[in-house]
Amino acid sequence: MKLDINGSVHEVEASPDMPLLWVLRDVLGFTGTKFGCGMAQCGACTVHLDGQPVRSCVTPVSSVGARKVRTIEGLSADGSHPVQRAWAQADVVQCGYCQSGQIMTTVALLEQKAEPSDADIDAALSGNICRCGTYVRIREAVHLAAKLQRGAAK
Amino acid sequence: MTMNRRELLRNAVASTAGLVVAFQVPRALRVAEAAGAPPPPPATAFLRIGTDDSVTVLLAHSEMGQGIWTGLAMLIAEELECDWSKVRSEHAPAAPVYAHPAFGIQMTGGSSTTWSEFDRYRTVGATARDMLVRAAAARWKVPVASCRAANGHVIHGKQQLSFGQLAEAAMALTPPKTVQLKDAKEWKLIGTPVRRLDTPEKINGTAIFGIDVQFPGLRVATVARPPAFGAKLGKYDASEALKVPGVEKVVPTANGVAVVAKHFWAAKVGRDALKIEWLAPEGGGIDTAKQMADFRATAKQPGTTVAERGKVADALAGAKLKLTSEYEVPYLAHASMEPLNCTVKIDGDKCEIWTGTQFQTGDQGAAAAILGIKPEQVTIHTTFLGGGFGRRANPAADFVGEAVIVAKAAGVPVKVVWTREDDMHGGYYRPAYVHRIQTGLDDKGHPVAWDHVVVGQSIVAGTPFEPMLVKHGIDGTSVEGLADSPYLEATGALRVSLHSPRTPITVLWWRSVGNTHTAFAMESMIDEAAHAAGQDPLAYRMMLLKEKPRHATALALAADKAGWNTPLPAGHARGLAVHESFGSIVAQVAEVSVEHGNIRVHQVTCAVDCGQVVNPLGLEAQIQGSIAFGLSAALHGKLTFAGGRVQESNFHDYPVVRMYEMPRVSVHVVHSKAKMGGIGEPATAPIAPAVANAVFALTKQRLRTLPLRLA
Repeated sequence: MKLDINGSVHEVEASPDMPLLWVLRDVLGFTGTKFGCGMAQCGACTVHLDGQPVRSCVTPVSSVGARKVRTIEGLSADGSHPVQRAWAQADVVQCGYCQSGQIMTTVALLEQKAEPSDADIDAALSGNICRCGTYVRIREAVHLAAKLQRGAAK
Repeated sequence: MTMNRRELLRNAVASTAGLVVAFQVPRALRVAEAAGAPPPPPATAFLRIGTDDSVTVLLAHSEMGQGIWTGLAMLIAEELECDWSKVRSEHAPAAPVYAHPAFGIQMTGGSSTTWSEFDRYRTVGATARDMLVRAAAARWKVPVASCRAANGHVIHGKQQLSFGQLAEAAMALTPPKTVQLKDAKEWKLIGTPVRRLDTPEKINGTAIFGIDVQFPGLRVATVARPPAFGAKLGKYDASEALKVPGVEKVVPTANGVAVVAKHFWAAKVGRDALKIEWLAPEGGGIDTAKQMADFRATAKQPGTTVAERGKVADALAGAKLKLTSEYEVPYLAHASMEPLNCTVKIDGDKCEIWTGTQFQTGDQGAAAAILGIKPEQVTIHTTFLGGGFGRRANPAADFVGEAVIVAKAAGVPVKVVWTREDDMHGGYYRPAYVHRIQTGLDDKGHPVAWDHVVVGQSIVAGTPFEPMLVKHGIDGTSVEGLADSPYLEATGALRVSLHSPRTPITVLWWRSVGNTHTAFAMESMIDEAAHAAGQDPLAYRMMLLKEKPRHATALALAADKAGWNTPLPAGHARGLAVHESFGSIVAQVAEVSVEHGNIRVHQVTCAVDCGQVVNPLGLEAQIQGSIAFGLSAALHGKLTFAGGRVQESNFHDYPVVRMYEMPRVSVHVVHSKAKMGGIGEPATAPIAPAVANAVFALTKQRLRTLPLRLA
């Protein structure tokens, strides 16, 4: 089957029920997307399908079809995406393991809502667990990213 | 009086027979210890300066989120006078030179990295600077004293050479025997907020954690492990597993069965297809309800004496007011976001290991023992850790040793990956504890009698640390913060005793270790005493802390910043706690409400005295994170056993704090001349009692069991 990942088409051989997460990680080597729970509880595996955030650990690869997959590697390698810039400026990361998922969820949130409220952030990001407890700075970075994105749009 | 863990470990290193045998601490180190004077650190082991001006700091400790990637680099850079934008960090290999300066083995834990490396890493920076300056002076043929280093260059008048231009010549020089470290008032980096050096790779997906290790020929394995503590492997049938496309081999481990496949998914599907007969635990296995009932019954009798003064029974009998309370905490999983994993490649008499570990020396020794080779034949590549919290510092080397066994049996390089369920069922938990406290107060409310019994498994019993850390039958980590409580120094009659029952459940340190339960018991009981004496909880504590200025200052600062005794919205209340651990003192005020029957924490105001702060931005992050970690235990964390099986399995039934539950956190640092303490753990323990005390203020319900549940 063919997968469109970050703008490139990849020919993949995998059993149809294999979750997209493991195709990305173990077959194609996109290891930026993380395994945390395997049951859509923690958000570490969040990627976008046609711009919508999904849990790749419970998404059978056969269900992806022609939809465009976007992973953390597809944001920007140099950290120039506004959400990445906000993450750096707010000094969010600790161990860093959950942050790909946190960032991908935030990118999708900001595409829906350019100026999310704290309640919007709670609703969008409560599916992403961080055991280091970076939540305070994630919240700060989401607001900052919204500001940076608005600045870039002007 | 008990010693804290740091003191215990220091003593352990000083009289270190067990540690040396267990971990084969090399002879040179032992000789140095015996002589009492550590040799100067070889700068080249800790620092590389490239001809391209790059400055690479080698970390003797593991980055697991706590920020040493940045903090240790700051220590070197402060003395080196390099260009901070050229500084990079990487993990050092496992080698004797990287042994913990205080603990004698290469490891990360006990909130000890920064204070233990404060001198060594600065000395490395100063040593390299001295060599660079001398190299420049020689090239220019001018006196050394006329040259100085600044911003990555050595300067003499209008001449300058970059560190990169001088690196090779400097390397050829003899290192100085001693160096003069800067005075604190000359510091330019230490004490200033510095953003993390590991951010770029952690926000673009390129940071490599253990689970991300890949190379040609590497296979992935999952392991079926005993489903209950005390269960054993019986017969197994691998025929269906071997039919799964991608599965290549099925091999036995010490206590289970490994499925080796082309990738994780095949290994997991293959494991699901195994038919295994497990032999049930003898006696049926642990049941939580019965175990806790046993612990409560045990707590009614004194255990092994930890500390005793005066006649506690007489003092209790003579007290004006008597209180008896029992506090309970359950077993807890660390539940790091990155499930455990380890990659092993065996090549003849050499072994390479890639893993996120906090315990290089122990893991290296364990792998060597399994393979019948020498520790130095085992190379450990420490990756980033997707959270550690103590789980990746296991004296039993469980996840490393098992992977070595699988790779050896499979005859190919293997990455063993644990599922979340494996990780949660895999043991090495924070042990459950029961505290039973009887206290007697005089007419002013002072505790004049304190009888405290602790029941719970020892973390270090059965490990190579036991000979040093268990003294006179007391595991110091079970009782830290009790006998040496700042509240009880004036208490004339005191008895603290400990029961350490052994069970088949494996246990381990969990962020802030014994303080997770001792602070909950102490700070709750003191709060009960304040209320029983009819006194304000803050005023009562300040009265007892009159002779403890660091505690009193931190508590007063937190209370002041929180607006203690100022009005709150209807339905809100505040509670407080202060606790010393890992050489630091942390006071917290929690503001709570109850919403739909659930405890909601809105704001935590935190004051900390940890002595000199290296990176205030990192400190703030550690306080926020510790509060989240402790709050997960206060509100949610609980493992339940039935027939020796853990009933919880993943984040749906072992919830942790999520974004919507995270309080606002304000952090206030006491400007302190005190000896430097740790900061990775000390803010974890006070949050549970601060919240419980706030819930009491709000509801008059005294919640004595974690996780907190309203009636």
